[in-house]
Amino acid sequence: MNNGFDWDAARDVLPLVLNGFRITLLATVLGTLVAAVLGLAIAVAGRAPTRFVTVPVRVVMEFIRSTPLLVQLVGAAAVFGSTEPLTVGIVVLGVHYATYTSEVYRAGIDGVPKGQWEACRALSLPPRRTWQAVILPQAVRSVLPALGNYAISMFKETPFLAVITVQEMVFEARRYGADHFAYTEAFTLAGLVFLVASYPTSLLMRKLEKRLGH
Amino acid sequence: MSDFFSAFLDDLPQLRAGLWVTLEATVLGSLLALLLSFVLGLMAGSRLLVVRGVSRVVVEFFRGTSLYIQLFWLYYAMPQLTGYELSPLLCGVVAFGLNYGAYGAEIVRGGVNSVPRAQWEAAVALNMTPFHRMRKVIMPQAWVQMIPSFTNLLIQLLKCTPLLWLISAADLMTVVQQLRDRTGETLTAYVTLLALYFVLAYALTLLMNLLERHAKRRLGLGTGAGSLLRSRSAATTVKAGGTG
Repeated sequence: MNNGFDWDAARDVLPLVLNGFRITLLATVLGTLVAAVLGLAIAVAGRAPTRFVTVPVRVVMEFIRSTPLLVQLVGAAAVFGSTEPLTVGIVVLGVHYATYTSEVYRAGIDGVPKGQWEACRALSLPPRRTWQAVILPQAVRSVLPALGNYAISMFKETPFLAVITVQEMVFEARRYGADHFAYTEAFTLAGLVFLVASYPTSLLMRKLEKRLGH
Repeated sequence: MSDFFSAFLDDLPQLRAGLWVTLEATVLGSLLALLLSFVLGLMAGSRLLVVRGVSRVVVEFFRGTSLYIQLFWLYYAMPQLTGYELSPLLCGVVAFGLNYGAYGAEIVRGGVNSVPRAQWEAAVALNMTPFHRMRKVIMPQAWVQMIPSFTNLLIQLLKCTPLLWLISAADLMTVVQQLRDRTGETLTAYVTLLALYFVLAYALTLLMNLLERHAKRRLGLGTGAGSLLRSRSAATTVKAGGTG
């Protein structure tokens, strides 16, 4: 048992942690992309004219949103055992967060004035054109800051991926800690990297939110 | 499939023990979080810069460093650094409490700020002491605003409890995974586990809706019984504050 903070171990583990950080970032960016696209699809499907679509969508969403991401990850990794863990991780993260982003889109779509829908009907635009040319461009603009915030929370949940053996930052920290019995240094550095990366980003998002008038 | 459920029934005592650990972590963790939310949230509204500053730093620190790392730090790093060891369950309670307390502080701050300015002024005009004003005028109104956000936070805390499995506390997830290993029924095991968490989450939501209804009644804002069955809305989730 070494007492105190070992600076040599810290110098040792930093490159490993930073290397794992690349995977953390990759998972966050791709996961956000999945959540942004799928969330939009769910929000649009939730406005379908028939209950045969809206009710199942609602139930599945509520289920995914109310159950733990960790269980979903571990379960998916066990069921799709032969798939690359990083792929499984990105898809599960993306689907989980899509249930949140879809609500954001929904609020954005609800925020488009009713007159815009009526105008589209008066011009007899087909539904596809209505969404593409009129509704979505107005809805998506106000949705961007919220999506950014979900990206930040996803970033902070990427350590879950270590459990399904994705070699991201925390995976590396934990491995180094176990090999050299230097958990203190490894986890302290990993935590600091998170803080340094997420705090400026959330400040930036707050500024963006103010500028877009929220 | 039937293998799994017969093993499930045979192992009911272990399952109950696992469920108990999960519930204990959720309830104790959220009580600690609630306490911290109020302390940090009210500190954030202080007139003194030092008090505000301390609250800000603590909140940003615990929100910024990821719950996962905080939990692991408590479990692996703290014994190494200080020679002092916490039980896995206690590690979980402390980490959940600190992390969600930091998010909750923002809810309390927002709730207190949402009470109309005129209410403050009226309380001052009536010569109430700050404590009396907070207790009788501001808090009852702010509390109603806070409950939906606290409900979301509570469910998120519940959703984090499977982390206990990683630091070898025998929670619900651990027990069900042992069943899976014995029966080899991977898909059934995980779907059952998810369903159990869903039921827990829904039960907690109902309880919080009941609390909200009670708080609204105290303000003379009655709501119909239908509101009790309403599910949470993600749009008001604290996640929208750049959190997780």
